[in-house]
Amino acid sequence: MSNIPKHLKYTKSHEWVETQKDGTVKVGITDHAQDLLGDVVYVELPRPGRLTKTGEACAVVESVKAASDIYSPIAGEVVEANGALSDQPELVNKDAYGSAWMLRLKPANPAELDSLLDARGYESFIASEAH
Amino acid sequence: MGHQTPLYKEHLAADAKMVDFAGWDMPIHYGSQLEEHHQVRRAAGMFDVSHMTIVDLRGADTRAFLKYLIANNVDKLKARQALYTCMLNERGGVIDDLIVYFMQEDWFRIVVNAATRAKDLAWIKQQAGAYQVTVTERPELAMIAVQGPQARERVYEVLDAKLREQAAQLKPFYAAYDAEGEGEVFIGRTGYTGEDGFELLLPGRNAVRLWRALLEKGVKPTGLGARDTLRLEAGMNLYGADMDETITPLECALEWTVAWEPAARNFIGRAALEKQKAQGVARKLVGLVLNEKGVLRNHLKVVVDGVGEGEITSGGFSPTLNKAIALARVPAAAGARCAVEIRGKLVPATVVKPPFVRNGKSLV
Repeated sequence: MSNIPKHLKYTKSHEWVETQKDGTVKVGITDHAQDLLGDVVYVELPRPGRLTKTGEACAVVESVKAASDIYSPIAGEVVEANGALSDQPELVNKDAYGSAWMLRLKPANPAELDSLLDARGYESFIASEAH
Repeated sequence: MGHQTPLYKEHLAADAKMVDFAGWDMPIHYGSQLEEHHQVRRAAGMFDVSHMTIVDLRGADTRAFLKYLIANNVDKLKARQALYTCMLNERGGVIDDLIVYFMQEDWFRIVVNAATRAKDLAWIKQQAGAYQVTVTERPELAMIAVQGPQARERVYEVLDAKLREQAAQLKPFYAAYDAEGEGEVFIGRTGYTGEDGFELLLPGRNAVRLWRALLEKGVKPTGLGARDTLRLEAGMNLYGADMDETITPLECALEWTVAWEPAARNFIGRAALEKQKAQGVARKLVGLVLNEKGVLRNHLKVVVDGVGEGEITSGGFSPTLNKAIALARVPAAAGARCAVEIRGKLVPATVVKPPFVRNGKSLV
């Protein structure tokens, strides 16, 4: 069974979103996503300053199996990318919700966060996808 | 649900992630493909390859038939020796690649790919027409490959004394066979990883016992995912990716498996290969190493400056080298440098001669 922390928001493309105290949000991929991908060997992240639209591909995770796009959960500006993943892509498998965050976004419209799935919504979404 | 090997339940018990492979439910990994890969390079791992197709060819004309059927020449073989070869169509295209073992004068055993089973068997039977040869598939046999620097030692520990003695005598690409015990056992010192080891063929009903005995000796189950990265590092072609019926051995770095001599041996595809060789081969299969971070994938475009374009036929991440590697078909005039188009960007790569890794050591 996948680990789906209650305090995070989620997308149907398997990203998680965590609001920070300063109003920015951290984005990563879920435990379920890393499990589907298998061993991650490379993560390509956007440069700070990049503007993203909702649902726009903004990073790439490559596992031993395949390359997968990471989609921006909301519109915003990339304020930081997690450089640690460049040398330790395996963090995505080991600590998907912690040290393997991928980027920090400044939301263009914070209200957009309300449209994301909560933990229960994401859980039923992946259950429905399995069938 | 697909076909299940006799070891299916062992895979589930080991928490394997199962996938469809050529109609078979097979383990892709048991948790971490990377760890399984390293296990084979550093110690020993075992693969269930029971999905592969084992075929016995028997009869007075078997040798003559194989000299016609395949591009390599079984006359090279001493008793119980194995040979890697392509089976070609009349155009010189590769129908499949296979291993043939010389068992005795009227008996050769071949192992072909699972994905090409039906067309291989149909082709072999069709070509066998005029020859005194019977073609018998052996679906009741399971096949376990034990590979890695410690693989042979681990296998010795689970064999009875007689077989152990035979196995210990085997040179690379030789096989031992014993039909006297409670079910035949065939042990070939062959594999698909670039490491030493054995491939064991035995009746399915005995496979679980062997698998568990090896497990007890510390041999780790290894999935088809690691099998693919291991063979790629070893520079071994994969049928359907690096070659198919439109590609000749001369275009996929397998000319070494074509026995041109004696010139009088007329094997299927020979005329087409000779013509191609005389005219010059336009494309070649080479190895690529990506010097930057990233991963090379099948079908990515390869650009050779001033020469032309090619394509990656097998790409992936090399756990041993910790960088991306690939096999690619490029124009014959390609030199030491090229670029690969990854997500719209041209990324420089070095052209090398495979293998990338052999017996645990980097060769690039």
